[in-house]
Amino acid sequence: MTTDTLLSVKNLAITFSTSKGPVHAVRGVSFDLGRERLGIVGESGSGKSQTGRAILGLTAANGKITADQMQFHDLDLRNLSKRDWRKVRGARISMIMQDPKYSLNPVMTIGDQIIEAYREHHKVNAIEAKRRALDMLAAVKIRDPERVFNSYPHEVSGGMGQRVMIAMMLIPDPEILIADEPTSALDVTVQLQVMAILDDLVRERGMALVFISHDLHLVSSFCDRVLVMYQGHVVEEIRASELDQAKHPYTQGLLNCLPKMDGNHAELPVLTREASWAET
Amino acid sequence: MFAVTRNASDGRKRARLFSRTGASLVRIIFSLLITFIGLLLVTFLIGRVLPIDPVLAAVGDHASEQVYQRVKEEMGLNLPLWQQFFVYISNVVQGDFGTSVLTSNPVLEDIKRVFPATLELATLATIIGVFLGVPAGVFAAINKGKWPDHIVRIIGLAGYSMPIFWLGLMGLLVFYLKLDWVAGPGRLDAFYVDFIEPTTGLMLIDTLIEGDMDLFWNAVSHIILPASILAYFSLAYIARMTRSFMLEQLSQEYILTARVKGISETRIIWRHALGNVMVPLVTVIALSYANLLEGSVLTEIIFAWPGLGLYITNSLLNADMNAVLGGTVVVGAVFIGVNMLSDVLYRLLDPRARR
Repeated sequence: MTTDTLLSVKNLAITFSTSKGPVHAVRGVSFDLGRERLGIVGESGSGKSQTGRAILGLTAANGKITADQMQFHDLDLRNLSKRDWRKVRGARISMIMQDPKYSLNPVMTIGDQIIEAYREHHKVNAIEAKRRALDMLAAVKIRDPERVFNSYPHEVSGGMGQRVMIAMMLIPDPEILIADEPTSALDVTVQLQVMAILDDLVRERGMALVFISHDLHLVSSFCDRVLVMYQGHVVEEIRASELDQAKHPYTQGLLNCLPKMDGNHAELPVLTREASWAET
Repeated sequence: MFAVTRNASDGRKRARLFSRTGASLVRIIFSLLITFIGLLLVTFLIGRVLPIDPVLAAVGDHASEQVYQRVKEEMGLNLPLWQQFFVYISNVVQGDFGTSVLTSNPVLEDIKRVFPATLELATLATIIGVFLGVPAGVFAAINKGKWPDHIVRIIGLAGYSMPIFWLGLMGLLVFYLKLDWVAGPGRLDAFYVDFIEPTTGLMLIDTLIEGDMDLFWNAVSHIILPASILAYFSLAYIARMTRSFMLEQLSQEYILTARVKGISETRIIWRHALGNVMVPLVTVIALSYANLLEGSVLTEIIFAWPGLGLYITNSLLNADMNAVLGGTVVVGAVFIGVNMLSDVLYRLLDPRARR
């Protein structure tokens, strides 16, 4: 796309071999990512999460990835060694997981987990690492960083846990942050707070954000550009501000399914699918 | 400023932890007491229900009716059952389990002599079992379905299916008789037996206290074969449980989080996953340890090991009820103690259990 492209993916396909035969989770996804906020929207099983994981080389062992191109700066992500992947993960590309209840280690303190993420990629002593971790906890607007630092994951709320997650994933200062449904497990009131914190930090640090969600509204309000996925294909790529001009019937259908504050209160239409969408 | 705030919050945390520990200590002691009284009640009732006449065992078949009655009175067996129970409890609390008919020593003294032998064997076997079994289980889990997994499974299966008396005899045949790598049955060579003053009763420690390295290595060469054979059984069980706990933990979301952070696979397995595996594993290890502490009768017979299992079995075969009941109380108390220990460890390992 432009010269400041960080990541370029061409014709990415992921196939899982299962006992019931191959499952094609992603079939031919292409996109370029600059220093921008890219949303990937789709229903469950559309391949959006698998696309995110493939960028980190964390596809499950029974999955097979093929792509014409997966270029991150000068690194070809298609054939990185284990050692090289570890230099990319966390340090340069990171990911925020869905539910802090399961994605934080229950028997390690929050502080230890954040410090671990930082010291894996930066050679600093324990005191400096702790200072950094406390700063980072303050940056995600945690009022009492010291207390949270010494707490275990089960001792903090879901919203707090997700802020910890953001702190942990941003502390090594990655260039690309993938957020895989970062707010789906949270209460609606907390969702916006967490999104606002994430959005602030991403802007401040000039990172690229890949925001994976099924929530079209949320994605369009926090992203510059949106990819709409359906059954492993990208069916539409559109600027978030121009979402109301979406051409693909699936995107239009998704938009029509959402209730509006104004306008009539008639029954919401049900999305009708066509087999042709899954082809192309 | 930073240091000050840290100390203040640490101090508060520690104070909170202490008061909580104090409260739970009281609770633990209380539940221990109740359990122990329950244990005594059960052993007491078993002793009265068994069709063995303790009076007859003491006086013999040819005693006259008067002698029989007098002894019965002396033993307190003419009192109502509930009174007998209180007499029993107050005796046990004073450390009086009665006198063994078989050895004519106080039962407590006998147990003091035989229990350390079992304790030493069981502890060494458990240590070997844990230090080999846990890594073997982890190794199997991270190579699931590949040859290391199969090897661990075959070794484990063999451990389950071989009878211990056969394995013990084969061990003696190969390592003692043919290869002469280890010493034979008993805790020490017969020549050395009188050289050692039983301070703790644990041969390995007593010999070290005396500073006699010849004796120490002699004790090691005696214990290593029975301990390894017992360890093989607990190893098979521990490895199997470790494998399944490990597989469960490795599929958890926080493992993926650690991978996203770029953590090395070694650290993910040994720090993140094993830290969580240890929580349920501690109970498994404790139970297997408690089982060994009960005294493995067959092993003790084959290796002429003067332990608790051998003592209780011999007493039972000779209708020596005081010894059997005393031994049973000790076994029960050991179970209670090990369970409590695993409870405490569980709390230490899992912050979610510290409430």
